[in-house]
Order: sequence, then C-alpha cells, then structure tokens
Amino acid sequence: MAYGPKIIEHYEKPRNVGAFGTTAEVKTRKDVGVGLVGAPECGDVMQLQIRVNPQTGLIEDAKFKTFGCGSAIASSSLATEWLKGKTLEQAEAIKNTEIVEELSLPPVKIHCSVLAEDAIHAAIKDYQEKNGQAAKPAEQAASH
Amino acid sequence: MSTRQDTIYLDHAATTPCDPRVVEAMIPFFTTAFGNPGSRNHKFGWDAEAGVDKAREQVAALLGADEKEVIFTSGATESNNLAIKGAAYLYEKAPAGSLARGHIITSIIEHKAVLDPCKRLQKEGFDVTFLEPPKDGVITADMVKAALREDTILVSLMWANNEIGTINEIPEIGALCHERGIIFHTDATQWVGKMPTDVEKAQVDLLSFSGHKIYGPKGVGALYVRRRKPRVRLQALADGGGQERGFRSGTLNVTGIVGLGKACEIAMHEMESDAARLIQLRDRVEKAVTSQLDSCQVNGHPTKRLPHITNISFGFVEGEGLMMAIKDIACSSGSACTSASLEPSYVLKGLGVGDELAHSSLRLSMGKWTTAEQVDYATNKIIEAVKRLRDMSPLYDMHKEGIDLSKVEWAHH
Ligand SMILES: Cc1ncc(COP(=O)(O)O)c(C=O)c1O
Ligand code: FES
Repeated sequence: MAYGPKIIEHYEKPRNVGAFGTTAEVKTRKDVGVGLVGAPECGDVMQLQIRVNPQTGLIEDAKFKTFGCGSAIASSSLATEWLKGKTLEQAEAIKNTEIVEELSLPPVKIHCSVLAEDAIHAAIKDYQEKNGQAAKPAEQAASH
Repeated sequence: MSTRQDTIYLDHAATTPCDPRVVEAMIPFFTTAFGNPGSRNHKFGWDAEAGVDKAREQVAALLGADEKEVIFTSGATESNNLAIKGAAYLYEKAPAGSLARGHIITSIIEHKAVLDPCKRLQKEGFDVTFLEPPKDGVITADMVKAALREDTILVSLMWANNEIGTINEIPEIGALCHERGIIFHTDATQWVGKMPTDVEKAQVDLLSFSGHKIYGPKGVGALYVRRRKPRVRLQALADGGGQERGFRSGTLNVTGIVGLGKACEIAMHEMESDAARLIQLRDRVEKAVTSQLDSCQVNGHPTKRLPHITNISFGFVEGEGLMMAIKDIACSSGSACTSASLEPSYVLKGLGVGDELAHSSLRLSMGKWTTAEQVDYATNKIIEAVKRLRDMSPLYDMHKEGIDLSKVEWAHH
C-alpha cells in the first residue's frame, strides 16, 4: 500500500502510545475513560484512553494502543493529539472524515478512521458512565 | 523502478531472478536464431527447432521423463488448466450438458490456478471433492483413498505448497491412482528444480511447473503428459496450428523455452547443494525468531517441507503494520489488511491458523543467492518490528495480563 507521508510519520513515530495502568487499574479509575473497539471488516482492535480533569472537565491526557494496520495506528495516534485539551463535547465532535483528510487516507482505509472515531466515543461514554453522567444519545447515534 | 538494491529479496516462492547463464543462453534466439520452429524448410526454422529440442531434453531430464512427454506452455497456470480441464473433458462419464460427468479430487490449499479450473468444472456438471489437510498441511494417500469414488476420474494435488512449503505424499498418491486407473495431475510449480523429481517413481500422469520459479524466464512453463502406462490424452483448449502434438497450438515461445531448458539443466546440477545451504538459512531464521520472541509459531509440517520456505505466525501483531515496519525486506504476508480486499490467506485459514484471534504471518522464501548476512539482517529487523508493534498492541497487554481474548466483548459500532 502506497501511503502518504503523514501516515508514515505517525506510524514511525506514534504519539502517546500507552495506557494509564493495567486493564484492572483503569477500570476502577474514575478520571480515566477507556474505549476498546474492534473493526469487523478486518479484525483490528483499538484502545483509546482519556484522562479527564474533573474540575475543568478538560481532557488532560490521552493514550492509545492499537493492533492494526498502519492507517489504524496513524489514526489513533492523531486522535490522541487532537483529544488533549478538549472538552468532552469538543472531543465528541471529532469526525472520522477529519482524520481521513488530515492523513490523506486512501478509500479502502476509511474504516480505520471510523475505528478511531468509535474509540473516542467509547472512551467518552466510559468516562461519563463511571461518573454518573448521561451519555448524549443524539451524539452517540451520529457515528455513521 | 521501485525495486531497490538495498531491499532484501526473500520472496523466491513468488518468483526468482533469472540466472545470468539462462539469459546468456536465450540471447541468440532473439536475434540470430529467431526463426519459427514450425518453418521446416529453412535454416532459421531448423536453428530455432534445435533450440527447442535441446530444451525439451533438458526439461525431460530434470523430470525423469521422455522428451515426447513435454509440452511447452506459458506457465503453470496454463499447464494446470490444460491438465485439469483437458483431462476432465476427455475422461468424462457423461457429455456436456448432463450431470454426474465424473468425480475430481483436489484440495483447499491448491493454488488458484488449480482451484478455479476445478470450480469451473463443478459448475459444468463434475463433482469435486476439496480435501482439507490437518494442521500440519500435508495431504496423505489415506486422505485421498477415503475420498475416492467409483466415478473418480481425476486427482489433482500440488507436490509442495507455495505458502507453507509442505510436501504432500505424491508418490503414494500416484501409486493409489494408478492402481485404480485414475488420472493423476500434480502442480509441481514449487517442487520442480528444488527437489529431485522422477515422474516414473512418483507415478504422476500430468505435472505442471513454471520457469520463473527456478531462475528461468517468466511466461513459460511446461506440462508433462505421460505417454506410456497409461497413455494420457487431453482435450486441447486452444485450437490452431497443432503445435506441441496438438495439445497446445501457437508458435512456440522459443526464447522462453530455451531459457526454461537451461534453467532445468542448471537446477539438475545445483539443486542438491542449493538445498543443503537453504535448509541451513531457513533453520537459522526459525531458530532466531522462536528463541527471541514468545507467542510465535512456524506453520506447516516440521520436516515434510521444502528447503527454502518458512512461514511464521506472530501473535498479537497485525500483518500490514508488520509489513510497513519491514519495508526493506521483500517477503509475503498471509494476513488480512495487506490486500485491498482485506481477505486473509485462505491456505492458512484452511489450516486453522487464523482460529486464534489476532496474529499475522510472514512467508520468507530464500534463493540461490541469498546470503547469511541478508537473512540475519532480515531476522533482526523482523524481531525488532514485532517487539515494537507488541508494545503498541492492546491485545498483547491483555494476553500478558491473562485475559482470554476470545471472551472480550468489543464495543462494535
Ligand atoms: C503452486 C503454484 N501453482 C501455480 C502457480 C502459477 O504460476 P504462473 O503464474 O507462473 O502461471 C504458482 C505461482 O504463483 C504456484 O506457486
Ligand atoms: S485495515 Fe483494519 S483498521 Fe485498517
């Protein structure tokens, strides 16, 4: 697959790889939201974690781990960069099409960006559920 | 050109470079001895014919066959088509348009150039059994025996598999078929020129292979067609000038044929020493990888396999991500995501390798000019890449934490 320079750059130097603890630890951490999603098209799996400041409501840090193609790795790496400093509402509004555009993903790789968008939604939802906040149903349904 | 010299070529099962000695032998037939071997009345024709005759002897010698039993084709794909369809149409039990035209046995790990002709025959009224090998990938005579029927007319099984290099029980299957008077075809594209071949001992009736897998040119190959005990007949697929004893009309690809012949002659002398060296290289790769990485496995049978192919699966690492990390190593990946269709390798899937969640497989195939340094460089690069990707893999974390991946509920969209 001939990839553009931005995908390669993120693939070779991925930002924010990691997690805020083991699976068991992050499950009990209220300030962390975890999104673990799989792509039925190809079996790839993405895990995105956000750490939210409960005072300000801002996403202070984000980390990812991805089992997947170069586009999936690049999409999740980019997503963590974009998430930092955003409110949950702003984060929720990130669209996969913006990722496609930024990375110039080829058409067969669009589902990889959808995976990243899904992971963002799942992480936000996890955080909200842990903190007794209702997820916004309208926004949820907006994912393709 | 995108091929760079600093890219290490470990994909010899896909194709091989042409041996300079082969190129040398071909050159005169482009320019001076350019005649049509069918021109029986002048020197140009005779010279070309002499080149073809010599090549036919060289090919026959490598196969343990008679020259008259060698049909030149455009490669293994054409040879397979001619063998399978040509035999099915001639040995059919009922004419076109009817059902129950005869039973054919093949396997799910065949190359597409066997599978697709068989599937076409299936649509045309033949019954086809697709044998499924066990996890070691070897098709045995017992499996064939169990599948034989009263109306079986043809068995087509590859001698060695192109993805994992496993070797099927061809002589035993040949004996079984001959006992029952069933035509036996083998796609020997990965076998011929790498391992000693004797169509008499193996009791093969039809055998296909291509020049470009044995350091010969592309677009040329041969089909061995047995002439004695039994005399095998085929229905030609292309009608025309009646070349190649009517089996394959069309002006012969003289340059290609001469190159194929030369490649066979070289293989005859060098395959044994090549094989000994290649086994060492292959074992070196496998030893390094399996000793330095956990959760990986060598696919296929541990000993019944070709000297130059290794197919290794790495748990918790995705194929395309891995291929990107080893860009300067030309090899082949049997995993989803590298192809536009996202289709995983049907051979590995057939062997149940894809059953455990999430892994990728690499096929490394070494050749005559592969060095130990190249192999070591590639091995280290692969090990490094797998480690890096595992550091990035959520599945590897879960695996280490003892989480059963098959029980995880994914938040699907
Ligand atoms: C087992 C097998 N059969 C058939 C073929 C087809 O060969 P060709 O493309 O030269 O016709 C190949 C090569 O890819 C092969 O490995
Ligand atoms: S191909 Fe599966 S996420 Fe990219």
